Amino acid sequence: MRGAHAHVERWSRGASPLHSLDARAKMIALVVLLAAIATTPAGSPWMFCGFFALLLAAIFFARLPFVAMLARAALVLPFSAVFVAMAWWSAGPRAAFPLVAKSFLSVLAALLVAASTPWPRLLDALALLRVPRPLVLVTQFLGRYLFVVTEQALQMRRAAQSRQGVARKTKDLSRHFHAAAGAVGVLFARSSERADSIYHAMVARGFTGRFPAPTAPPFALRDAAFLFFSIAAALAIRLAL
Amino acid sequence: MKSVPSIAARPDAPSPARKPIVEVRGLRYRYPDGTLALDGVDFDLRPGERVAVFGANGSGKTTFILHLNGLLRGEGFIEVCGRRIDRDTNADALAEVRARLGLVFQNSDEQLFMPTVLEDVAFGPSNQGLSPEEASARARTALDQVGMSDAAGKAPYHLSAGEKRRVALAGVLAMQPEILVLDEPTTSLDPPGQRELLRLLRHLPQAILLVTHDADFAASLATRAVFFERGRIAAEGEVREITERFHWSRESE
Amino acid sequence: MHIPDGFLSAPVWTTLDVAAMPAVAWAARRAQTDLEVQDGRRIPLLGVMGAFVFAAQMLNFPVGLGTSGHLVGGALLAITLGPSAAATVMTAVLILQAFLLQDGGVMALGANILNMAIAGVLAGYLPYRLWGRGRTRTAAIFLGGAASVALSACLALSELLISGVPMPRRLVLVSSILFLANGLIEGAITVAALRAIERLNPAWVRPAEPVRARPLIVAAVTAIIVIGVGTLIASSAPDALEAALSIRGETHSLWLRKALLGLTGMAILYAGLLLVARRFARQRSA
Repeated sequence: MRGAHAHVERWSRGASPLHSLDARAKMIALVVLLAAIATTPAGSPWMFCGFFALLLAAIFFARLPFVAMLARAALVLPFSAVFVAMAWWSAGPRAAFPLVAKSFLSVLAALLVAASTPWPRLLDALALLRVPRPLVLVTQFLGRYLFVVTEQALQMRRAAQSRQGVARKTKDLSRHFHAAAGAVGVLFARSSERADSIYHAMVARGFTGRFPAPTAPPFALRDAAFLFFSIAAALAIRLAL
Repeated sequence: MKSVPSIAARPDAPSPARKPIVEVRGLRYRYPDGTLALDGVDFDLRPGERVAVFGANGSGKTTFILHLNGLLRGEGFIEVCGRRIDRDTNADALAEVRARLGLVFQNSDEQLFMPTVLEDVAFGPSNQGLSPEEASARARTALDQVGMSDAAGKAPYHLSAGEKRRVALAGVLAMQPEILVLDEPTTSLDPPGQRELLRLLRHLPQAILLVTHDADFAASLATRAVFFERGRIAAEGEVREITERFHWSRESE
Repeated sequence: MHIPDGFLSAPVWTTLDVAAMPAVAWAARRAQTDLEVQDGRRIPLLGVMGAFVFAAQMLNFPVGLGTSGHLVGGALLAITLGPSAAATVMTAVLILQAFLLQDGGVMALGANILNMAIAGVLAGYLPYRLWGRGRTRTAAIFLGGAASVALSACLALSELLISGVPMPRRLVLVSSILFLANGLIEGAITVAALRAIERLNPAWVRPAEPVRARPLIVAAVTAIIVIGVGTLIASSAPDALEAALSIRGETHSLWLRKALLGLTGMAILYAGLLLVARRFARQRSA
């Protein structure tokens, strides 16, 4: 997942008309679009085409690579595959197709926002849209240390693999199992100590319990216009087609 | 690293007569599990002075510096920039101390905890009461000082060890301290990174306390050195004198 | 177990999104004041622990037949950090997964949060809190791990069924057995991991404080489990639902009736979980 994510992270640092829009506007537009997609009735292929065209246009405005974006969005399909297969078996393709379309289009829309908005701005938008501040801050620290700690785990896994043989007997299985548990313990310990060090570093620079509030850049006319047109487009496709 | 003329030869070398900005007398500290980490430390630091702190791992060096900004509280007398630090020190006095004494930790990843470089360097000034705009301005100045202006919007994860170290230094400099304390700053730095850091530090006006294992780095920066052993300062003197006496460089046997 | 967008029906995801908000707000507030000191120390800890969860999920636990299990972590976090902190961490994990990694839907966040961060965490914590002292300790931890994963999965499946996702009954049964198997694995991993953590530093695992009014709480927990399982069974048996509802004869649309009944079951479940959690919270601060 880390490898795939590196692309999204790189894309999010790009420059395009979509990148420079206020993250709050993009979030709200995303939610409206997702609601429209989710409530699309089963027998309306034209609506799905309409949403797909809208998203393709947005990808164009974000100056993002089409094929890579579509491929990345297609990663959701394996999960859907089980349900799609069952739906097809129970009720034929007309029941299966909407599931594929909805899940794919929803992921594409969310991916578009992630690929056109730097993660810190996304977090700020969440905070400004009234998600509880402690939760946003925890998510912020999570994001910051995610790759640091997962790399630690990868190293431990690699070290274990190079010293362990293949587990054949139950005795081996048990040993490997407990080795993995030990690794979890070490990860936990290091994470706890890391958190203490981080807190010390925060206090050393004057932290007394209050974080600086996110600065909200003023909502420009351009952002309002984008919001208006994207909502209008989503509703138009949903209600008119 | 090339050997460089001792700092004592510089025209602005501190005079011993000036009042110390850090005064420590009889500092003792016991860990929660009972081990005695500091066993009576006496120490002075004068304005503009550069002092190296040597000692084996576990000798108390890091524990000592954590007392200087109140992260740990032991027994004994500590005064930093005229403010006493003990168990009763109030929040305002501590805030003052932390604004005047900046600590650069050994692990830069744990010091750069904000999502972007600029936000992190602005963290200190924000806590000092500056508005977001003023804090950002201070942050940019500090980033200029360490040559990392281009990194302002980057995530710390994408920086090299040397770059992270410089940003951590900027985060401390942005608070405009009088004293800099650096805990093993050359850790994970390659020789060019070490040279760059040395160059930066030598141009700074602050008093510097340098905890390090690197004898050459210390000799190029500091005028004086102390040697920690089992929670006390066992010796004090010129940097080369101390490193030779305690066989503290790679060349001595 | 992360439900993507496009599978849940509108009444389900809207109700769950609305229901998740007070639960999340309450957990976030409690997590911060857990130490009765507002010094902000918990924020970096919870963030780093969220990263720990991701990292721990990458480690392989061989369970035989050439397969490996992985730690999910809800019970582990609840026992080491406390339930409200654990709920906040898991919510943060889900938010990051949805927005940054597109793992799990954005509209489905309410459902995923309630399933995994609220219900899953509480199910992981309650057995430990009730029976985590003395001889029953290991069994309680195991039960917590198992219940946490099994309950989250059952709730997710119920929500999908109520939303009208077609699934033959036999498959529901097979899925339930798989959930149980996953639960057993999680129980075993949680026990082993907690033991390793405790060995490194016993202070990291909170002792299970004695519980007053134990019979009442056990009754509440049992009722919740019954409703949880019952909802799954009911949502997978539309004929029985129809029969039950035609006796009442109040609403008209069959789909709406099914949805309402399923949602009512789940609402009771969630409300029950919240009440139990509140009871524990009040007890601890008393």
